[in-house]
Amino acid sequence: MKRTVSLSVNGATRTAEVEPRALLAHVLRDDLDLTGTHIGCDTSQCGACTVLIDGRAVKSCTMLAVQAEGCQITTIEGLATNGNLHPLQQAFWEKHGLQCGFCTPGMIMTAVDLLAQNSNPSEGEIRHAIEGNYCRCTGYQNIVAAIQAAAATLRGATPARAAS
Amino acid sequence: MIPQTFDYVRARNVGDALKALAAKDGTKVIAGGHSLIPLLKFRLAQPARLVDIGHLDELRGVTEVRRGAKIGAATTYRDLLESKLLAERYPIIAEVTSGIGDLQVRNKGTIGGGLAHADPAADMPAVMLALDAQLVLRSKRGKRTVAAREFFQGAFSTAMAEDELLIAIALPPLPRGAGTAYVSFEQAASGYALAGAAAVVKRSRSTVAHCTLAMTGISDRPYLVRAAEQLVGTQGLPDAIEHVAAQAAAGVEVNGDIHAPADYRRHLAVVAARRALQKAFVRSKK
Amino acid sequence: MPTLFGSGIKRREDPRLITGRATYTDDVKLPGLIYLAILRSPYAHAKLGKVDTKAAKAAPGVLAVYAGADITDRVVPVPCAWNVPNCNLKTPPHPLLAHQKVRYVGDGVAMVIAESRAAARDALDLIEVDYEPLKAVTDPERACQQGAPQLHADVPNNLAFTWVVAGGNADEAFAKAEAKVSLRIVQQRLLPTAMEPRAAVASYNAGTGQLTLWATSQNPHIHRFLCSVMLKIPEHRVRVIAPEVGGGFGSKIPCYADEVLACLASMDLGRPVKWTEDRSENYKATIHGRDHVEYVEMCGTRDGKITGLRTRVYAGLGGYASTAAPGVPTILHGLMYSGAYTIPNIHGTVHGVYTTATPVDAYRGAGRPEATYLIERLVDTLAREIGMDPVEVRRKNFIPKDAFPYTVATGLTYDSGNYHGTLDKALGMLDYGAFRAEQEKARQQGRYLGVGVSSYAEICGLGPSQVAGAVGFGGGLYDSAVVRVYPTGMVRVYIGTKPHGQGEETTFAQIVADEFGYPVESVEIVHGDTESTPQGWGTYGSRTTAVGGTAVKLAAQRVKEKAKKVAAHLLEANEADLEWKDDAWVVRGSPDKRKSFAEAALMANVAWNLPAGVEPGLEATAFFDPTNFVYPFGTHLCTVEVNPETGQVTVLRYIAVDDCGPPINPMIVEGQVHGGVIQGIGEALQEMAVYDAEGQLLTGTMMDYAVPKASQMPKIETAHTVTPSPVNPLGVKGVGETGTIASVAAVVNAVCDALAPLGIKHIDKPLTPARVWAAIQQAKGNGGGR
Repeated sequence: MKRTVSLSVNGATRTAEVEPRALLAHVLRDDLDLTGTHIGCDTSQCGACTVLIDGRAVKSCTMLAVQAEGCQITTIEGLATNGNLHPLQQAFWEKHGLQCGFCTPGMIMTAVDLLAQNSNPSEGEIRHAIEGNYCRCTGYQNIVAAIQAAAATLRGATPARAAS
Repeated sequence: MIPQTFDYVRARNVGDALKALAAKDGTKVIAGGHSLIPLLKFRLAQPARLVDIGHLDELRGVTEVRRGAKIGAATTYRDLLESKLLAERYPIIAEVTSGIGDLQVRNKGTIGGGLAHADPAADMPAVMLALDAQLVLRSKRGKRTVAAREFFQGAFSTAMAEDELLIAIALPPLPRGAGTAYVSFEQAASGYALAGAAAVVKRSRSTVAHCTLAMTGISDRPYLVRAAEQLVGTQGLPDAIEHVAAQAAAGVEVNGDIHAPADYRRHLAVVAARRALQKAFVRSKK
Repeated sequence: MPTLFGSGIKRREDPRLITGRATYTDDVKLPGLIYLAILRSPYAHAKLGKVDTKAAKAAPGVLAVYAGADITDRVVPVPCAWNVPNCNLKTPPHPLLAHQKVRYVGDGVAMVIAESRAAARDALDLIEVDYEPLKAVTDPERACQQGAPQLHADVPNNLAFTWVVAGGNADEAFAKAEAKVSLRIVQQRLLPTAMEPRAAVASYNAGTGQLTLWATSQNPHIHRFLCSVMLKIPEHRVRVIAPEVGGGFGSKIPCYADEVLACLASMDLGRPVKWTEDRSENYKATIHGRDHVEYVEMCGTRDGKITGLRTRVYAGLGGYASTAAPGVPTILHGLMYSGAYTIPNIHGTVHGVYTTATPVDAYRGAGRPEATYLIERLVDTLAREIGMDPVEVRRKNFIPKDAFPYTVATGLTYDSGNYHGTLDKALGMLDYGAFRAEQEKARQQGRYLGVGVSSYAEICGLGPSQVAGAVGFGGGLYDSAVVRVYPTGMVRVYIGTKPHGQGEETTFAQIVADEFGYPVESVEIVHGDTESTPQGWGTYGSRTTAVGGTAVKLAAQRVKEKAKKVAAHLLEANEADLEWKDDAWVVRGSPDKRKSFAEAALMANVAWNLPAGVEPGLEATAFFDPTNFVYPFGTHLCTVEVNPETGQVTVLRYIAVDDCGPPINPMIVEGQVHGGVIQGIGEALQEMAVYDAEGQLLTGTMMDYAVPKASQMPKIETAHTVTPSPVNPLGVKGVGETGTIASVAAVVNAVCDALAPLGIKHIDKPLTPARVWAAIQQAKGNGGGR
């Protein structure tokens, strides 16, 4: 049976008629037209569907839309503010942290959560934090560099910690 | 990947959830959903109804109970990692939790959900056995406590009845000055344990006064290694540790699969056990 | 003015990708959209009985259900498009939906079209199929032995082809040789795992008879052609749009039954139809890679001169011959048996074998990683046999840099190279001598360090169309560009190749902007839509830049030639008196008399004042057909430590020195190397598709197929040398596959080097801890090995 769910997405309240079984990822993509959130697997491995739920990175293919009622959802479309790229978006661009771009939205959303927890992560900490985001194109090296660069930007003048 | 249809209710409180379970109408509990939703997507689970407890504050959080701790069943792995109390009293919880799933999975997955799912290769059950955790179950019929050591009855099978809800995990105090360690070898794709060992070691002056060793990933359920007692009374020298570790999978029917044939998994059990015992020993206070 | 060519500018495709505003196929929405789901065989091999669709048809939201028998007469089976000659190739029909028999787990059996994704999925469970299971065989060597289960009626012993390559006299070389080594090598099946699963949206307009297909394709023009064949509708009524494509690695070259079924459904139901694969469906229904069992031998002199190479290869094809499958283990593999060396005597036999498994086709490197791997494993094995440093053996046998163009024993003529150059550079970066000393010291402490060398030459930039025809490729291999200049001087370039992550929207714009003296922002590259782009052949075989990029350059030059005529006319000067400076023509000796390219473009487009005989408008088309392939090369070094207790391999350093000619955008080249190397390290250490005895795919999800994760992979150190190719005016080669081609052997050689003190000669990849541990146990005589 379909029911109305009311979701707070990127600061706006959106409603959709969905079945309880509808996955948040599908509702974002199919019902709310937020197709920046991608689906790359079916076992909660690849992280292409990562969005922020109340500020925390979550795999939206492993969450029912009905579970998300009452939560603040942020998708890749909601990351830039007033037309300004988020420092992570900027850094992925500058450091060539993407190729086909399919994993990129999820990768960036996970990195947002990481940098909220740890403003100066080491390379090892970054690699650990994004192990639930698969990228088949970049070999991860420039993604790590991008996250490090964004972390530096977000810290402002704070000098970077030596790589471990 | 689309699950079979089901109904969904969001419990307003634990009583609500227990009432739903008491109907015994194929209702399943969902909290973080990170064990259940993949099963639903593959239609390996087809419940008629889900009752959602994920948002219930009464089931979340870590509280101090005398010298021990109580963890609400719907506490996320992320919250476990951020708990100062656990970091202080049970550092092994952070050690095991940081390797569970990945950042996103830890943000949403819950300790209770993981334990109730009873994946034989999950990391946390071994730690629960080693710490002698007590699992608090409730149903409309009442409340009971089952030791983690009795809880896991086979692959994806537990002592919980159909109408019962896991509401909390009670951790008794660790022996004073005990050292703990969790060591595992991960399956490269899933990150689950090919072999995992959780150890608790307490020293009294120059000898080992207490030793617990629990294993996961080896067989159809996590288990305690009885031979761990043999370390007690020794000085915890490498030979003594090796002697105990060598029995990590003794008498156990060891799983074999494409990632680790049984002989290799048995070997890894020994290595994981030895390393965990060594670490726990070193970490214990003289 | 500095040129854009050679500059690592930021990518122009990125803004839409980093903001979630790109459109991939599953993002396409059309009014009235309905959904397709495909029921796939759970059996690897079975006789197909009744397919009962009654209950599914009656289910809510279901619009239509088809089984194989319902469509057999209406469509042409999926064609194999690379019919390699002189090898007795047999390509039995590959029905769009299985008919009478299923031949792998994942073979399509029936399809449902419904109002929603969920309704289509639900109805699959209501289809009842009678299967009569038959025996499965997924090992290509076993599949062609007497008594193996037979897949196709007219293919005895499942032998699809036997292809031979020969040059010199290998038998004689081996008979006379001072030293001989041999290996049995398994090159395991791999799952390409482009992060975007396949998808299709088909929309048929019954009024115009026009079919539009959005599809995850590396080559929309090939899709257009094959769709028109399968659906029996004229090619000019088919439009294929490959929008944003989320990686391919070869798996989006083939035209699959699935996208054609979506077209058929749209034609029948008069509504747009979407089909999107799940990952677990992708692992069964999208092509796999590699799958060779090889018996390989090398012979040489005791002082390290290689004199011969022989192979016998069983190449698994899966249940049917996929689009390019026969060409992969033959033309793209066997012809490369000389590698980077002057091997005078070569003999290779490749048996293509049908097995009850998912079809195998081109996967990143396609045949060349397999060739490099077997050659480089043999070189190391020979070096050890004769007690010589593997680096010295390579030096001794490299094609010398002054020998190019050089024709190897298999008949290919390599364009250019300096193989010593990349080797020396890589050795210098590592400090090879110091590492050997460290290794020796570590060995005395019971630690196992190793270094692996992989020197490769590869064939790419596919390729001369005449050769394509001669080797049975069902299309051309030239490529194309239209450069269109707007009245305001802005430029759009329509290309026949189909970038899907490689960054040609940037690099091709760099080529054109340089030509016109423009900032890169003034040039847009358009690709993927057969309606607007000229006939081309797509992106694979590292051909996009060498072939498609050259077409872009030529079209831009044509435009510029015309613009120059206009400029000369406006300046009232002779063309011969004009000099190009930065962004304008200047009359020699009169620096204030200048016309910029944009000014000329405006006049050409408004045509108020054109020289006699010059047509209005400013655009040009170029088709570039190369005279040869290009041959990138390089040396990769990998150092490892092996934990003898657990079998775990740790990569200590990974050094990649490649030569792909002059890089247009070094940042992008670097990115291609990183990704390719990591994909190869995945192949070397952890990726494997495994079937059980019943033909069930045990690695059917990402829970069991170990796609490399960030936490598992090392950092790559890169460097380059630059040896231009004489084959195209840009001098460029290709770099999309070199990383994968080189790295697999580098890693495995390193591990085998580390374990040499134990007498271990070879371990089949992937070198999982379990396999390495088993090999160590066996070497120690403790049993426990496999």
